[in-house]
Amino acid sequence: MTAADRPDAPPDAIVFDIRELTKIYRMGEVEVQALREVSLTLPEAEFVVLLGPSGSGKSTLLNIIGGLDVPTSGQVLYRGADLTQADEAELTAYRRRHVGFVFQFYNLIPSLTALENVALVTEISSEPMAPEEALGLVNLDARRDHFPAQLSGGEQQRVAIARAIAKRPAVLLCDEPTGALDISTGVVVLEALARVNVELRTTTVIITHNAAIAAMADRVIRLADGRVTTVEKRTGAKLSPRELVW
Amino acid sequence: MTISALNRKLLRDLLAMKGQAFAIAMVVAAGVAMYVMYLANFASLQETQRAYYARQRFADVFASLKRAPLAVAAEIAAIPGVSALEARVVANVTLDLEQLDEPASGRLVSIPADRRPTVNDVFLRRGRWIDRGRPDEVLASEGFVTAHGLVPGDTVSAILNGRLRRLAIVGVALSPEYIYSIRPGELVPDDKRFGVFWMDQQALAAAFDMEGGFNDVALALAPGASAEAVIARLDRILEPYGGLGAIPRALQLSHWTLENELAQLQSFGVLLPLIFLMVAAFILNVALTRALALQRPQIAALKALGYDNRSLGWHYMKFALLIGAAGVVIGLAAGAWLGSAIGDLYNQYFRFPELLFRIPLEVVLGATTLTLAAAAAGAFSAVRRAVRVPPAEAMRPEAPVRYRRTIFETPVIARRLGTVGRMVIRNVARHPFRVGASIFGIAFAVAILMVAFVFVDAIERLIVMQFWVAERQDVTVTFVEPRSPDARYALARLPGVVAVEPLRTVGARIRAGHRERYVAVTGVPPSPRLRRIVDRDGRAIRVPPSGVVLSKTLADVLLVAPGGDVTIEVLEGRRPIRRVDITGVVDDVLGLSVYMDLGALHTLLREGEVTSGALLLVDPAQEAKLSRSLKGLPAVAGAAFKRAVLRSFRDTIAANMNLTIFINLLFACVIAFGVVYNAARVSLSERSHELASLRVLGFTRAEISLILLGELALLTLLALPVGALFGYALAAAIFETVQSEVYRFPFYISRQSIAWAFLGIIAAALGSGLVVRRRLDRLDLVAVLKVRE
Repeated sequence: MTAADRPDAPPDAIVFDIRELTKIYRMGEVEVQALREVSLTLPEAEFVVLLGPSGSGKSTLLNIIGGLDVPTSGQVLYRGADLTQADEAELTAYRRRHVGFVFQFYNLIPSLTALENVALVTEISSEPMAPEEALGLVNLDARRDHFPAQLSGGEQQRVAIARAIAKRPAVLLCDEPTGALDISTGVVVLEALARVNVELRTTTVIITHNAAIAAMADRVIRLADGRVTTVEKRTGAKLSPRELVW
Repeated sequence: MTISALNRKLLRDLLAMKGQAFAIAMVVAAGVAMYVMYLANFASLQETQRAYYARQRFADVFASLKRAPLAVAAEIAAIPGVSALEARVVANVTLDLEQLDEPASGRLVSIPADRRPTVNDVFLRRGRWIDRGRPDEVLASEGFVTAHGLVPGDTVSAILNGRLRRLAIVGVALSPEYIYSIRPGELVPDDKRFGVFWMDQQALAAAFDMEGGFNDVALALAPGASAEAVIARLDRILEPYGGLGAIPRALQLSHWTLENELAQLQSFGVLLPLIFLMVAAFILNVALTRALALQRPQIAALKALGYDNRSLGWHYMKFALLIGAAGVVIGLAAGAWLGSAIGDLYNQYFRFPELLFRIPLEVVLGATTLTLAAAAAGAFSAVRRAVRVPPAEAMRPEAPVRYRRTIFETPVIARRLGTVGRMVIRNVARHPFRVGASIFGIAFAVAILMVAFVFVDAIERLIVMQFWVAERQDVTVTFVEPRSPDARYALARLPGVVAVEPLRTVGARIRAGHRERYVAVTGVPPSPRLRRIVDRDGRAIRVPPSGVVLSKTLADVLLVAPGGDVTIEVLEGRRPIRRVDITGVVDDVLGLSVYMDLGALHTLLREGEVTSGALLLVDPAQEAKLSRSLKGLPAVAGAAFKRAVLRSFRDTIAANMNLTIFINLLFACVIAFGVVYNAARVSLSERSHELASLRVLGFTRAEISLILLGELALLTLLALPVGALFGYALAAAIFETVQSEVYRFPFYISRQSIAWAFLGIIAAALGSGLVVRRRLDRLDLVAVLKVRE
C-alpha cells in the first residue's frame, strides 16, 4: 500500500477504484446477495453521498471499502493497492492509518471523556492532530471533559467525528451519521463533516436515507438491490447544511 | 413428556452460556467434592471403627503394671461395672531383621492358645491360630508382614528377655487396639520398624518370668458403668503390683489418634465446602446479573404476554438451580473418587480388616441442599432485580452507565496510565460489587493453594526444630532396665561412637487438681550437649536446679502456669509422690514433656547416677557397624537412628502431603479459573461493543485483548495480597484444628510458599484469559456496530 503514503497526490487522483464487487452473505440456509458486480471510482477530496433503500447494499459497500468486511469476489483498489488481497493485520493497519468511521450510534467508549475518546485514536496514529484541535473542528472545546453519558446525541456524534478525523484520515466513512438525530442537531453534525471535507480535503462518503443531503454532495451514488443505479457528478453549487430542505 | 416453551427457552439459554455455566458448576463441584470427600470418609471411618470395635470386643479400660499374680485378675473382675477382662503379658522387644541395618522394635501381646480373647479379640486375616504347646508360634500384625513381604511359615528373630528366639509366623492378624500402631517415641507409623505379635500366654509369660502372673489388663465395661469409678478401683488394686495407672479408652493411643482424625475430617468437611459454595454463589450472581440484563427485552415481551413476576422469577431461578445441580453431580463423582483415594491413604495409617468407603445418603442430601441453597441465594438479587422492572421500561435499553474519573487519577498517574489504562481502572471502579466478588474468589483460590504449601513449610520447620536444633544426637538408645553409669562407658567403646550423653527418663503421672496426664519425666544435665530443650522458635531453654519445666501444651491441659505447682507420681521403683514447683514452660513442637534437672531427678527417685538410656553422636561411616553391635546387646531395648526415623517420617508425610497438595492445587485452579473466566466473559459480553468499536478505529486484536485482559490482570493482582491474608488466616485456623498433644506445628509461612501460590493462581488466570481471548478474535465487527448497545 505504498501509493497511500504519497502526500502529494494530484487533486483528481482516484482514491477508490472498485471493480465488479460482489458480496453474498450466507444467513443459515439462505443466501443474500448484498452487492452484485458493483464498479465505481471515487476521486480524492470529494463529498460523496450514497443513497438507497434499506437492503440496497450501501452499508456492505461502505464496510468493504473501510476494510471491515471482505467481498465474495471483485476488487477494491485503494490508491492502487488491492484491499481484497490484504490479510486481517493489513486491514487493521489500513483502518488505523487511512480510514475514519462515523456510525449512526456513535460508538463512543463510555468510560472515556470526549477528549480521551479522541486521544484513543491519536495515541495510535503516526501524524495526528492534537485531540483538542479535533474537538475544536467540531466546536466541542467546551465539552472536552464530559463523559458520553453527559453529552447529547448530537454532541456525541460530533465527538465521534472528531475521533474519526483526528488522525487526518484519507477517507471518512459515515454510516447514517444523522440517522439517530433530530433536524437541528443533524445540521450541526453535517456542518462539521462539510468543514472537515473542505479544510482537510478528506474524501468523505456518507450513507443516508435522507435524499436532501444529496444537495451537499460533489457526487451522488444511488444503489438498489445490490447494484449501482445512477452516479451523479454534481456540478452546481453545493448547498450548506443550513440551506438543506428536509 | 413435553417440555413447556418456557423451559425449552431455559435450556437453550443455558446452552448459550455453557462455558460460564460450566465454570460455575465446577466451582460448585469443588465444594461438593470436598464436602463429600471429608464427610464420607468421616462416616466410613466412624462406621468401620464402630463395627470393628463391636466385633472384636474392644476394651473400655486399659492398665499396665509391673507384675501381679493371676489371682488379682479375679479381684479386678469383681469390680462393679466390669463385664469382661483379659489379663495379659505385654512386652517390648528388639527384632533382628536381616533386611534392616538398625534394630526394629516389636511388641509381644499374649493371647490364649485354646480360645479367643474375651476383650481385644484379634482379627485373623490369613493363616491359623497359634497351637498350644508350640511356644514359638505367633500371629504377626498385617502392617509389619506386608512391609516385609512375609507370609505364614516365615520366621522373625527377636530378643526376648536377653535371649534370641526365632518366632514362627502362623497367622496374619489385626487388632482394634493397634488400628494406629506406632513405635514408642516415634512420630509416624513405620511398619518396617515396628510390628505387633500375638503369642501364647504361657509361652510369653515363661519367656519374661511372668508365669502365673500378668503385667497388662484390658477391661470391658457393662453398659452404663462409669469408667472413672472403675479406674479408681483398678488403680487401688494394682498399686502394690507396680500399676502404671489405668486409662480409659479415650486416652488409648490408637483410639485417641483415630478420634482426632475423625474430628478433623468433620471440621474440614464443613468449613472448606462452605467457603467454596460462597464463592460459587458470588460468581453465579455476577453471571446471572449480566445474563438477565441481556434478557431485558425478552422479560418485557414475556410480561407483555401475561407471565407474572413469580413465574418469571422461578424461570430464572431454575437457571441457577440447574447449574447448582450440575455442580452437585460432578462434585459427587469427584468426591467419591478423591474420597476413596484419601481412604486408601487412611489405610496406610489405620489398619482395619476392611475399610469400606461409602457415601451416606445424608452426605448426598446435605451436599445437594447446601448447594441449591447457595445457588438460590446467589441468584436471588439478580433475578429479583431483573423481574421487577415494569414491562414498558424493560423494552427500552438499560440506562447507560455513568462513568467518572476515579480518585486514583491524579495528573501524574493519569498520564502514566494512558487512555487504555484509564478505561481499565474506570471500568473496575464502576462495578465495585462485581470486582469485590471476583477479588474475593481469586483471593480464596490463593488461600487454598497457600495452605497446601504452608503445611510443607510447617513440616520442614518441625523437622529442623526437632531433629537439628533440639536433638543433635544421631542415635537414641533405650535400656531394658535402668543401668549404672558404667553403661555409658560400654557404649562409648562401640564402633563409631564419638560422644555419649546419659539419658534418664521415668514414667510418671502428673496431676494438678483433678487433671492428669501420663508422661515421661526427663532428667536434663546442667549443660546438655546433645539433646537440648528448645521452644518452637528454636530458642534454648535452661532447666533450673529445682522444679520442673513443662511443655506449654501440658501446662494448658493441666491449667497451670509457672509459679504454680504440680504433683508428680513416679510409676517405677519406689514410686515416690512429690509436689514440685513449675519453674518454666516451653512452647515446644512434640509431645507432652516434663523436664527436671538431672541431679534433682536422681534425688527425687532416691537413686544414684543411673541411666535409662543414652544419646550417641556417631561417625556416619560406621553407622551400620554400630547398628549391628547394638542389635547384639541384650540390655538395649531399642535404638532409634535419627536418619532412619527422619527418612520414614518424610516418606510417610510425603505421601500424605502430595495428595493434599494435588487436591488443593486442583481445587484452587478450578476456583481461580472459574472466577477469572466468569469475570472475563461478563466483561466481554458488556464490552464487546466497545472493543469492536476500537477494532474499527484500527486497534489490533492484541491491543483490545490488552484492555480486557488488563482488567483481569488488575483483578488478579489486587486479589494476590488479599489472598495472602486469607491464606494466612485460613492456615492459622486449620493449624489450630490440627494442633494436638502429639504435634504442634510451628506456624511458619515461607516466601516460597507465597510465591508458589501466587504463581499457581497467575497461571490459572492466564489460562482462562487466553480462552476468552480466542473469543475476542472472533468478534463480528460489523454486526456489533449495527445495534445500539
